[in-house]
Order: sequence, then structure tokens, then C-alpha cells
Amino acid sequence: MDIPRNWRLRDQRYRLQGTRCASCGAHHFPPRPVCPRCRGRHVEPYRFTGRGRVYSYTVVYQAPEGFEQYVPYVVALVDLEEGVRVTAQLTDVDPEEVAIGMPVEMVLRKLGEEGERGLILYGYKFRPRIGDPKGEAESD
Amino acid sequence: MRDVAIVGIGQTPVREHWDRGLRDLAVEAVLAAMDDAHVRRADALYVGNMLSGTLSFQEHVGALIAEYAGLEGIEAVKVEAACGSAAAALRQAVLAVQSGQVEVAIAVGVEKLTELASKCTTNALAMAADADYEAVMGLSFVAINALLMRRYMYEYGVSKEDFAAFTVNAHANARHNPFAMFHTPVTREQYAAAKMIADPINLLDSSPVSDGAAAVVIVPAERAREFSDKPVRVAACEVGTDTVALDNRANPLWLKGVERSARRAYRRAGVEPQDIGVFEVHDAFSIMAALSLEASGLAEPGTAVRLANEGAITPTGQFPIATMGGLKGRGHPVGATGLYQVVECVLHLRDEVPDAVRVEGVQYAMAQNIGGSGATVITTLLERLIT
Amino acid sequence: MSIMIPLREIGIVGYGAYIPRYRLAAEAISRLWRGGQDQHILPVREKSVPGPDEDTVTMAVEAAQNALRRAGLSPEVIRAVWVGSESHPYAVKPTGTLVAQALGIAPATLAADLEFACKAGSEAMQAAIALVGSGMADYALAVGMDTAQGRPGDALEYTAAAGGAAYVIGPAEGAVAVLEATYSYVTDTPDFFRRAHQRYPEHANRFTGEPAYFHHIVNAARGLMDALGLTPADFAGAVFHQPNLKFPRKVARELGFTPEQIRAGLLVGEVGNTYAGSSLLGFSALLDEAWPGDRLLLVSFGSGAGSDAMSFIVTERIEAARDRAPRTHAYVTRRAPVDYATYARWRQKFTV
Repeated sequence: MDIPRNWRLRDQRYRLQGTRCASCGAHHFPPRPVCPRCRGRHVEPYRFTGRGRVYSYTVVYQAPEGFEQYVPYVVALVDLEEGVRVTAQLTDVDPEEVAIGMPVEMVLRKLGEEGERGLILYGYKFRPRIGDPKGEAESD
Repeated sequence: MRDVAIVGIGQTPVREHWDRGLRDLAVEAVLAAMDDAHVRRADALYVGNMLSGTLSFQEHVGALIAEYAGLEGIEAVKVEAACGSAAAALRQAVLAVQSGQVEVAIAVGVEKLTELASKCTTNALAMAADADYEAVMGLSFVAINALLMRRYMYEYGVSKEDFAAFTVNAHANARHNPFAMFHTPVTREQYAAAKMIADPINLLDSSPVSDGAAAVVIVPAERAREFSDKPVRVAACEVGTDTVALDNRANPLWLKGVERSARRAYRRAGVEPQDIGVFEVHDAFSIMAALSLEASGLAEPGTAVRLANEGAITPTGQFPIATMGGLKGRGHPVGATGLYQVVECVLHLRDEVPDAVRVEGVQYAMAQNIGGSGATVITTLLERLIT
Repeated sequence: MSIMIPLREIGIVGYGAYIPRYRLAAEAISRLWRGGQDQHILPVREKSVPGPDEDTVTMAVEAAQNALRRAGLSPEVIRAVWVGSESHPYAVKPTGTLVAQALGIAPATLAADLEFACKAGSEAMQAAIALVGSGMADYALAVGMDTAQGRPGDALEYTAAAGGAAYVIGPAEGAVAVLEATYSYVTDTPDFFRRAHQRYPEHANRFTGEPAYFHHIVNAARGLMDALGLTPADFAGAVFHQPNLKFPRKVARELGFTPEQIRAGLLVGEVGNTYAGSSLLGFSALLDEAWPGDRLLLVSFGSGAGSDAMSFIVTERIEAARDRAPRTHAYVTRRAPVDYATYARWRQKFTV
């Protein structure tokens, strides 16, 4: 496993650490050196709340190498409340419960592991919000 | 800048070529194109390829293929733009000849996908996506397209079954193309029963993993008749890009890379979408065919699937696509696909396609090759020269 | 005096629970391995099962996040992250650093893992109490969390579960429960162990009861109460390590506690034995229902063997704190049953 790469991305992976443009206020994930909205270069670190809604999703039955043990699993595009869209797995959910618009929250989970001897990779996934499993109520 | 023309074409059948390697396939296509153009030499070779390093453990394929095609010593480089590699190589050949630096250029696209276990191929193809933010989440290339398809169905109220029209058309046309991978038709019932890969994309939405190579010879248009009785003018070959990761697009259902590339091509060629007689679309998945038709200006947003079901995409329809099978029926040897599309367009303009898929009165044929989920798009407009 | 009292008044400033979503019915194990003949004497009704992407790290992070939320602290003020577990994902490489990084606590912090069978979590609390109680630091995080291993068909498979809780220890002014004193009692008693490189633990059957569980818990609890001059009647609630439903009920009775006193914290029937998380998880459920002024008793037990006993007095701050994060019962009731085959697949009990 590419250890340095995963190491340097750890704050993004573990806690959705992105950036915010000091000029126009746009949020970015992944973090960016140049704001895609105003092209400004003055960006500051920003940690996302991790709350969002499902924009689209798929249930994967034929997994890439390293993901076989999770099949079937759900990957989604999640619209974060800051107006940024991220790609991530949904977890703690039955595929048939997933719907576009479903409210979700970020959790830290295992993304995969390199066999029995290699590194365990952790990162963000999303699950139905606790206490609001059906997503009927919008939380604060 | 001078006009350029295609005076030679070559292609290998799209197959699982267990008995041939990357260089064998490329050389066969290059030699076929050279024979077709009656040339023995060329000045430059541009090799479109995505995965030689990953799946054949071979980089540096520009010089390698030049050497084995008997072209040792000429300018030769590899061009990579994921599944758009072949047309990206064509673009380089066109620019080279247009500029006057090169007289005879060859563009070849080649891909050998069946070398390793299919898991490896799946992983390798996912490299077209963003490794740090998409692939790491377990997102296969199929799954990326499934995200698009699900949202399309939701946004436009289209059902999964409606997408069958693309597969049915592609397979019906592929039957008549001896170079195509599949020669059996697919019914709507078979489509509905196909195995799910990444819901809602099933096996029959997806182009097959396959090997192949296709090549063209490019020369200045004013010299075209020296090489061919039926030269085809390259009216435009334009590139547009978009974000690599799907999630960085405000509206993923509108392929901006396609729009940018197609608009540049229309402007360069001085044509309107309705002038296009044949459209070899990048139907790696049914959803990509629909989104490409819309972003290319052939269908309004959200209408492509309905139009496909009304017959608009068949050889006798309003805008025929995948006339030789498309990626779905002919096959999708990724880094070669863009040149298969161009070769097929040339066949149309030379009136050399089988009767069953002939389209009447084609003046312009368009090939559109897409890398990734729309991050690199090359639209090539080919024009019939008056004979 | 062998009880331990910190140099300054300290307490729990934040607490948080975590239990995975999935449950396996003990009845399913009984059917598969015992022909269902022990259906009427099952040790628990069901046990929690971690999802295929969960482990002690991911569960510790969520519990600790809940604890930090209740504490209302920004993560950089935490000076220690100690995670007690017998299922650390790595044999060598700390769980603590990963948890500290994920929570934004790193880098100016201590971080380490503890192992003492089911007592590792309360041992982490003791260490946090000592660090904060000595004045060396204002805040320390202690976590007890496990994804316990049960050999297929073994008696422990019925109960070996996943879950736990996290506690932020800090000065008494900000505490939801102020610590009175702690008392620890350990002896070398090999009732249950797992050798290096073994997947599943060994246990000494009925030897795990009287000389191990009961002896240590009773002595720890009595030692603390006697030193403080307290009796069971002085406590509003108590939690004893819960390997099954029978043991904590029996030890409570033996010590003189009523069923009502242990009711709120007794989760094992619905959740199973969460090992290093067990007593800490029960205590978080107790705090969820506590009133200001309540005195609460926490007694862990870890094989090998030992017990930590701690006495806390709940403050009025509990009222505002408890709804800043999901309550323990939100996790207990968030349940999705799985069958034995799914459980076996997720827990990698198949050789692939």
C-alpha cells in the first residue's frame, strides 16, 4: 500500500478537512490551492460538518480488488451542507433503504486493508443520521 | 494552417486476442492503414494507449511500435487520456500535419486489456477516475457511470428499462461489422434480465473488456489524391476537458467536456449539429450515450432516452449512432476506441459500410471519444470530399 | 488507605457511547452449535456485531466524538488519548494516535493503548484520572472499546460483542459527575487469556466465576465502599462488568444492591459482552438517566484478573450535557439483525 500518500491525506480522510476561500467564501473538498469559483489563491483550512444528503448512489456488485469483502456496498455522491459534493460509501444501511435526498452524516470507517499484513486504511463514509434514521426531520 | 485528410485506415477485429500482444495488435493496424494509403514510410507515429504500463508492463510504446512496424527512426510518442487516448493521439497527428512540420503522420490506438486477471483490469480502468477521492472509496468505473444513470433516472423520470434502446441498437448494428466483438442481437427482455454490476448498470449497459487496435494515415489535404481515391477531410478535431472527479461538477448530468469539445468542433468545421449524418458516440455505458447526445446538442436535456426509444438512433433515424456497433457492440479496447470510431466514420464517407447500416446522404460524420466520465473529450468531424 | 483520591477535585466532563448497528441472536448460535437444546438458558438475548468496516479504532472515534461533544471542548485541549481494548487492530501500532488524529487532538498529547482483558477501559480511566488529578493536565480522554472474538461454537461466542464508551476526565468545575475515590484490586488469576498470534481466547470454564469475576468485583467494591464509609443504599445506581446477564445480577445481590439499582446500566441482554467496553458502556447508560446528586458506582472486571471500582457524584451539569450527543439507548435501539452466515462472513470466520 502506498503509505506516504495515505499518510499525507489523513486529515482529509479522517475528518473531512478541506479549504474555504477567504475571498469569496466558497468551500472546497478536496482542499484546493486555487478557488475554482473566484480563482482566488487565499484559502484557509476548513473542517466540514459532515452532514449532507444523498445526490445519487449505486449498489456495487462487482467490486474492484480489495473491496470484495464489502459486496454489495453502496457508493454515493453526497451533497454536504456547505455546498460541496463528495464521493463516499454509505454504511450501516441496507441498499434498499437508500434514496436520493436521504440525510446522512459522516463517520470514520475502514476503507480497506492490504491483506492480513498490510496497512489498514481509514476514511470517511456516510450513514443515515442517528436519531433520524428515516430522514423525516432535518436536524439543526 | 493547412487542411488535412485521412487517406488510410486499418483496424484489427475487436476480440479477446489471447494469442496477440500489444505490439502485435498495433503493428497490424498500422500496416493495414499504411497499405490502404499505399505508403511505405511516415514521418511521425502517435500512439494512443491507456494501460500498457499497468497491464502489459510496457511503457515507451511509441518507439517500440514504430520499430516493429518498420518505421524505426521516425518521431514516435505515446499519448494518454484514459479512454480518450486514441482520439487524443489523432489530434496530435492532425496538429502535426496542419502545422507543416510533418507530411505523413500515423495515429494508432491500441489496447490490450486481457493480459491479467479481470480484477486487475477493473482496477486499472478505475485509474481514469480520481485515485485519491473516487477509486479509494471502492468506486469502479462502472459505478461512476451508475451514479450518473441513477441521477438521470431520478431527474428525468426515466426507467431503467428505457435504456435498453441503446443496447438493442448497438448490437443490431454490430452484427454487420466483421470487426465487431459481438454478432448476436440483444432483446429488451435479455437486457432486463442481465446481471447487475453496479445498480442500475447491468452487464448489457456496459461495453465489453476487449483488445484491439485501429489506425489512420494523415496527410495534407492538397496531397490526398496521391494516396487515396477516397480521401476524407478532417474538418475538426477538438478537445474539451472537465473535472476528473464527478463530484466536482455542479451538474454531473451535463457533460461540459462534451459541450466544450463539440462546440469547438462545430465552430471549426462551420457546421450545426443537424448537419451530422452519423455520430459514433462514446457509448461505454448506455447513460454515456444519452448524456453525450444531449451535451453535443443533438437532443434537449433529458430527452435522449425517449428519442432513442422512438428510433432516432437507428441507421434510418434522425441521428444514427453506434452504426458499426459502438463501444457496446463493436467493443471498447479503451485506448484504441477513438480511432475505431474514426475508421468507422471514414467507412461511411467512403460508402464502404454494409448496406444494413448505410445512412443516406452523409456529408459529415462525427466521432466523439471520451476519457474518464467526461474529463477529456475529443470530437472529430470528418467531411466527404467531393469526388 | 489503599483507596486512591486525586490531588484535586476532578470528574467526568464528557461521556459517549458506541454500539454497532448489527445484532446476532443467541438463539441462532444455539441452533447451529447446540441443536437448540440450551434455548431456555441462553446467557443473553442477542449480541452486537460490528459491521465489516468497523473496528476498535472507528468505534472509539465515534464514542470519543460523543464524549467531546458533551464536554463542549475543542479537541486540542486534550492531553492524553488512552484506548483500552483487547482487539486493537494492530499488534504493534497504537490505536491511540489514530484516534487522536481523527479527533483533531493530535499532536500535543499523550497517546497509548492499554490491554487488561475487560478491564483495559477502566484502567484507561484510572490513568486519565491520575493525569488530571495530579494537575499535570486539565483534560484526558479514556476509551474502553472492543470487537470481542468468540471461537465458533464456544460458550463465549454467545456473548462476545462489540461496543464501548469514552470518557473525558477534567476538573470538577466542568464535570457532569465528580469522582469521590477509586480502588483497584488485582491478583494473578488465569481465568481467561489469549496467547500471541492466536485468533481466539481460551477460558477456564467455571473457574472464570467464583475465583475470578466474583472475587475481584466483590473485593474492589467492598474495598471502596468500606474506605468511604458507604453502603449500597448510598448509591442511586451501579454498574458491574457484564459478561452475561447472570453474573452482574448475582454479584449485585451478593453486595447488597437491588435489581433497580443496576437496571439502567445493565445492557448485556440486548448488546452482549463488549469486553473492555462493557462496564464503561453500562455506566454511560446510567449517566443518561442520572439525576444531579446521584451517587453512582462503577466496577469493572478484567480477566487475569482485576477490578477497578470508582464512585462518582452526579452534578447539575448532566442535564445540559446528555442531549448534546446520542444517548446510549439510541445505539441500543438502532439495531438490524443479521444471520449467522453474514456474521461469520463479516467476522472473517471463513477461510477464503
